[in-house]
Amino acid sequence: MVPSNCKYTKDHEWARLEGEKVVVGVTDFAAKQLGDIVFVDIPQLGTKVEAGKTMGVIESVKTVSDMYAPVSGKVVARNEAIEGDPALVNQDPFGKGWIAEIELANPAEFDRLMTPKEYEEHVATSGH
Amino acid sequence: MKHTPLSAVHEKMGARMVEFAGFAMPVQYTGIIEEHTAVRTKAGLFDLFHMGEFWLTGPDALKNVQKVVTQDAEALSDRQIAYTPMCRPDGSIVDDLLVYRWNAEKFLLVVNASNMKKDFDWIKSQLSGTYEFEDHSDRTGLIAIQGPNAQEILQKLTRQNLKAIKYYWFTTGKVNGVEMIISRTGYTGEDGFELYFPAEKSEMMWQALLEAGKDHGLVPVGLGARDTLRLEARLMLYGNDISDQTTPIEANLDWTVKFAKGPFNGSEVLKKQKEAGTTKTLVGFEMGKGPAPRHGYAIFSQGKNVGEVTSGTMSPTLQKNIGLGYVPPTLKAIDSTFEVEIRGKMYPAKVIPTPFYTRKKDK
Repeated sequence: MVPSNCKYTKDHEWARLEGEKVVVGVTDFAAKQLGDIVFVDIPQLGTKVEAGKTMGVIESVKTVSDMYAPVSGKVVARNEAIEGDPALVNQDPFGKGWIAEIELANPAEFDRLMTPKEYEEHVATSGH
Repeated sequence: MKHTPLSAVHEKMGARMVEFAGFAMPVQYTGIIEEHTAVRTKAGLFDLFHMGEFWLTGPDALKNVQKVVTQDAEALSDRQIAYTPMCRPDGSIVDDLLVYRWNAEKFLLVVNASNMKKDFDWIKSQLSGTYEFEDHSDRTGLIAIQGPNAQEILQKLTRQNLKAIKYYWFTTGKVNGVEMIISRTGYTGEDGFELYFPAEKSEMMWQALLEAGKDHGLVPVGLGARDTLRLEARLMLYGNDISDQTTPIEANLDWTVKFAKGPFNGSEVLKKQKEAGTTKTLVGFEMGKGPAPRHGYAIFSQGKNVGEVTSGTMSPTLQKNIGLGYVPPTLKAIDSTFEVEIRGKMYPAKVIPTPFYTRKKDK
């Protein structure tokens, strides 16, 4: 599942442009690889995140994984629903399982992310 | 990487494979929580080929077992099993294992896959008198069936009266036409059986058990759920909760250390620890909502690093974060509090009684 209205990172995050803001999350592929997600450490409101740098942590039963910011900017919304029910990220990674909203600092960064087609190819070569 | 006789079967069934102790093993099939819950409520099937099986036989077998393990193998009846640590003279733990007593001249020792060579060399170096000591790990298949429905499912494949086998006892007999050891043991905190048979029968046994259990909720279970199941039941994982750096007294395994049987490897040191106390002790704790405790995280009390988490997880059964860790004895009482450092932040933890989960006996 690779929705056409998103762009992607090689680390399996997605980003969807909504005006000046970008909604971010992890892809279906990432959620499946992680397995049952039990905790998501979402950055606080106002946190400045930098493209390609750690913006949060996702824990499954078995593993702890960093989540990287697809774009630079300020965190302007957090999905508090996944703090109460982290399994939403497994169930609906592109919808109810979104993680945060970032106010875009540099629109060119968004343009440079992988297209759905590029990401599909990336997943295909990730060995699965 | 070595393969178990079932590695290809796991892969074909869609399991995610990992390397564990040198073997290609399934870490999960459908999901850790789903598999965990199946074992707690119905039944789960585990491929445990990787475990080590050593046979110690001969006139001096009992004497040698008594020397290397902390449990009392003389007090065991024939066909009874003991869980036991195996220590060095300094009290440190070489491994934990199951001792199966056939009679005073015949024992089966079942050891952890990750310690197989270390254990074999260690035991061999300790033996004396007239005995034979053999490693049958490569030719021994081992499948566990665990959960409240385990007995009902297994009974469909055997004429042995399973009800008559008590917990931590075994018998031998045919299951699905294959002669094997039927052992009422496990590493999940549930009722269940571990079956030892010729390795080449593995696939046949696996399929027969799955077929017998298909209307009883039996599912294959990977290493991921095996770890969460054993932790809820406070069963030790060597390399995490016990190691070369810990003793059975520190790990609160006093019940497995039988001083009354006479001297054995580690007995002097362990007796002193039992009498004078230890500087660290293994406790179980819970944490609030948030990140889970994990192996290796530091434990703090009043700003000082005083211990370490040895195992931790979000407990699928209890729906909360639980862990085991070594702390100074001043923090061992129930309701004692300390902090666990997770990615640079401190999170409160509270000592609670263990096992975290105990099954209801006799449904």
